Amino acid sequence: MAEDILHSTISELSGRLGRGEISSVELMGAVIARTKEVDGRVRAFNSFDEADALSQARASDKRRGAAKVAGVNVGPLEGIPIGMKDVISVAGQPLTASSRMLENFVSPYDATATRKLKAAGAICWGRLNLDEFAMGSSTENSAFHTTCNPWDLGRVPGGSSGGSAAAVASGEATASLGSDTGGSIRQPAALCGVVGLKPSYGRVSRYGLIAFASSLDQIGPFARSVGDAASVLGAIAGHDPRDSTSVRMDVPDYGRGMADLAKSGRRWRLGIPKEYFGEGLDPEVGAAVQSAIGEYRRMGCEIREVSLPHTRYAVGAYYIIATAECSSNLARYDGVRYGHRSKDATDALDIYFKSRAEGFGAEVKRRIILGTYVLSSGYYDAFYLRAQKVRTLIRRDFLEAYREVDAIVTPTSPTPAFPKGDKTSNPLAMYLNDIYTIGVNLAGLPGISIPCGFTRAGLPIGLQVIGQPFKETELLAVAAAYEAATDWGSRHPNL
Amino acid sequence: MTYEPVIGLEVHVQLKTRSKMFTRAAAGYGFPENTLTDPVVLALPGTLPVMNKEALDKIVRAGLMLGCEIAPVCKWDRKNYFYPDSPKNYQISQYDQPICRGGRVEIELPGAARNIMGEHRHVALTRIHLEEDVGKLNHGDGDSLIDFNRAGTPLMEIVSEPVIASADEAFAYLTALKAVMIYGGISDCDMEKGQLRCDANISIRPAGSAGLGTKVELKNLNSFAFVRDGIAHEIRRQIAVVQAGGKVAQETRDYDGQTGESQSLRSKEMAHDYRYFPDPDLMPVEVGEAWKAEVRATCPELPFDKQRRLQKDYAVPYTITSVLVPDRELCDFFEEAARLCGKPQAAGNWIANDLLRELGSAKAGLAQSKVRPAHVAGLVRLVEEGVILSNAAKEVFIDMFQTGEMPEAVVARKGLRAETNLDEIERWCAEAIAANPKSVADFKGGKDSAINAFKGPVMKAAKGRADPKRVDETLRRLLAV
Repeated sequence: MAEDILHSTISELSGRLGRGEISSVELMGAVIARTKEVDGRVRAFNSFDEADALSQARASDKRRGAAKVAGVNVGPLEGIPIGMKDVISVAGQPLTASSRMLENFVSPYDATATRKLKAAGAICWGRLNLDEFAMGSSTENSAFHTTCNPWDLGRVPGGSSGGSAAAVASGEATASLGSDTGGSIRQPAALCGVVGLKPSYGRVSRYGLIAFASSLDQIGPFARSVGDAASVLGAIAGHDPRDSTSVRMDVPDYGRGMADLAKSGRRWRLGIPKEYFGEGLDPEVGAAVQSAIGEYRRMGCEIREVSLPHTRYAVGAYYIIATAECSSNLARYDGVRYGHRSKDATDALDIYFKSRAEGFGAEVKRRIILGTYVLSSGYYDAFYLRAQKVRTLIRRDFLEAYREVDAIVTPTSPTPAFPKGDKTSNPLAMYLNDIYTIGVNLAGLPGISIPCGFTRAGLPIGLQVIGQPFKETELLAVAAAYEAATDWGSRHPNL
Repeated sequence: MTYEPVIGLEVHVQLKTRSKMFTRAAAGYGFPENTLTDPVVLALPGTLPVMNKEALDKIVRAGLMLGCEIAPVCKWDRKNYFYPDSPKNYQISQYDQPICRGGRVEIELPGAARNIMGEHRHVALTRIHLEEDVGKLNHGDGDSLIDFNRAGTPLMEIVSEPVIASADEAFAYLTALKAVMIYGGISDCDMEKGQLRCDANISIRPAGSAGLGTKVELKNLNSFAFVRDGIAHEIRRQIAVVQAGGKVAQETRDYDGQTGESQSLRSKEMAHDYRYFPDPDLMPVEVGEAWKAEVRATCPELPFDKQRRLQKDYAVPYTITSVLVPDRELCDFFEEAARLCGKPQAAGNWIANDLLRELGSAKAGLAQSKVRPAHVAGLVRLVEEGVILSNAAKEVFIDMFQTGEMPEAVVARKGLRAETNLDEIERWCAEAIAANPKSVADFKGGKDSAINAFKGPVMKAAKGRADPKRVDETLRRLLAV
């Protein structure tokens, strides 16, 4: 039983739980056993609280029993273990951001996404590794350890949400939450062969998500199917009075919307941006994406070339805006109220200097320094203001393209999973890993990565579908159409 | 050469709101340390600010009352600097788009005497913006503790143009500003509670010239009197520097009200780079015409407008209005009493003198007063109709203040009604004359003051309820026989 539980989708498990074939405690127990079995090799988790997870599972079984007696239905996430990236706050659990700075910090409150998951009956499971403060593309910037790619333990899982992706791929969680600032959900999803969805900016509350770059960050799910990603999104989306950047828009029933669109036989118009197929794209990735486009064409979709002319400015603009915001967002980690405080500090200024010097890793420091610089008096206009203008142009590029097409299809990442240590000494090469994902964050659009093949060496390849603002239903429907026509998601890594 | 000072004030005023600027935690003063906090106030990882609409309403009201131009959009910026009292190590503030621009504060300069109205003029404002307050550091022996109760309290910064010409004008400006804030229910402006704080920018220039000299910022002015004294001290200091052939250095100075001395805190070279940028956590909020109209409808009459109206409509003198006007409730109290009795001057006298005196010695506020406008009006009517005499009226007032009984009831209970029976007065007078032949002789002998010898017994017999004027007339008539 264990093996098929571990690679089942939410919808399959939900059905089995509903029919009484398994209990949530059994499911959670199997996931815990699997985690204990493989996580010594995968290292997806920073920590997990077995007793807490089982107690949530027992509570879920009790709710399910009570609902049965009352004759009411429970939601699709009832009793499902969902892994949590260690930047999303869960009351009473560690919240480390994979940083020495917060190594011993326990959060006293639930993030809104956490609260909503709990309200939907899900089990918030474990603390998943990431690049420190979500800055990176490989989890190699974690202060604790590097997560391994379940398909090749010598390679990185991508990042920053590498732990969230690896846990779903390796059967250590049925689904998980990550956060995406420049590709931190989609890129690791691609590298680990799972589905990863970044919702439109403002669709999911950021309250309780440790901020990296506030105007770009968005929480989203990792899952084993597009439908599962839709279920999780449906649970966590919606306006939140605690986040004024969350939008006041109703949350549609994504599952039903997708089904209706599939039934309608709508002929999707898909845009292929020529700027996303240039230099630096791995040939095997390029070929897999082209073959996915061919699959869409066979399905009857209309394929059009589109242009996103400001793409080449995206990485530059991103690293100005993201670092500027992070330099301010991370100022609160000062060793005064909580978090790491240097034992050698003698006065207030010393607490700042020493605690931050000891508490932050190299990449975090690099970005804080960059961000501080671009906001400095005399440089603001040349950097920050200009980057914001570029951002507007990039968004305009996308909206212009959407006059002709319903969605845009691209590779998620220019390469499959790379070996650990390959890019750690070259930050620029690492930054270019996000070249296809960053524009989506700058434009505030929804984007999804779905499996679209494997390299000859057996590494997963991801296809990115980019949707229109707040049209997640259409985006999911386009992704699900490809998923239904292929079976890439049915392969599992051998661990 | 003579020099004239040029002064601009930066006044921080805490808004009187139930909750903090960007979270639901309660705002307040005098609570145990670190009890008015929540994850947002403490800037725990993952927390986000959400704007308090009540605070925006209040600053828009302040802006409208002061004639400012209200920005169509309320935009937020981050001011980045590290300090242990600042939980996020940035302050959410407004940099390039303050919610209020321009405007002016009407002030009254000191008059020739206390009872003479001084000259009025207007002090132009540069801007008013909204931000959040910081926590408080408490330094002990070798240790510093932080109380975050104040952190995140809505704070308004009111910046005047450099147009204040003297320490007295600065004092008048603060007095007038405080009255407007209290009228608008915007702040209580209690300096002891830190609800109003003032920094002064001071420079001097040759009298009559147009340019501006090097300015010095004076901080830690903890009371209106210290503001006045600190500014006066700084003006003298700068003039002395210049007259000694020196140059005023651009710096920030700390004024100690106790010693009357100031010392340099930091020079211009140590100025911060705050790295302002728009706060990505807060969406700009549109302040539409409908919103402004709604707030405008809640704007009360301005203090000096009220004063002019009271003087014109009720013909009450400056000595009364200058006492009433700083307190809006007291003015309402007065207007109600005046309306009830139709004798504004008499009502004004009772309120400005007796009521305030009694409240003062009882250390009570108007809200706790058992004497209400109807009491005052009733008392005025009783005196006016001759039902009681003025000395009895004083006694009635004190009684009402303590018991809350209506004046008629007090008069009846204490038997203070004036004697209006003329036969009775005549009989008491005749008895007094008959009992004192010596004084009769003195009086008839030409010693006019001898008449006073009869008055005591008469008033005693009348238990004080006889009109002294009538008694005097009656005695003279009887003695003339």
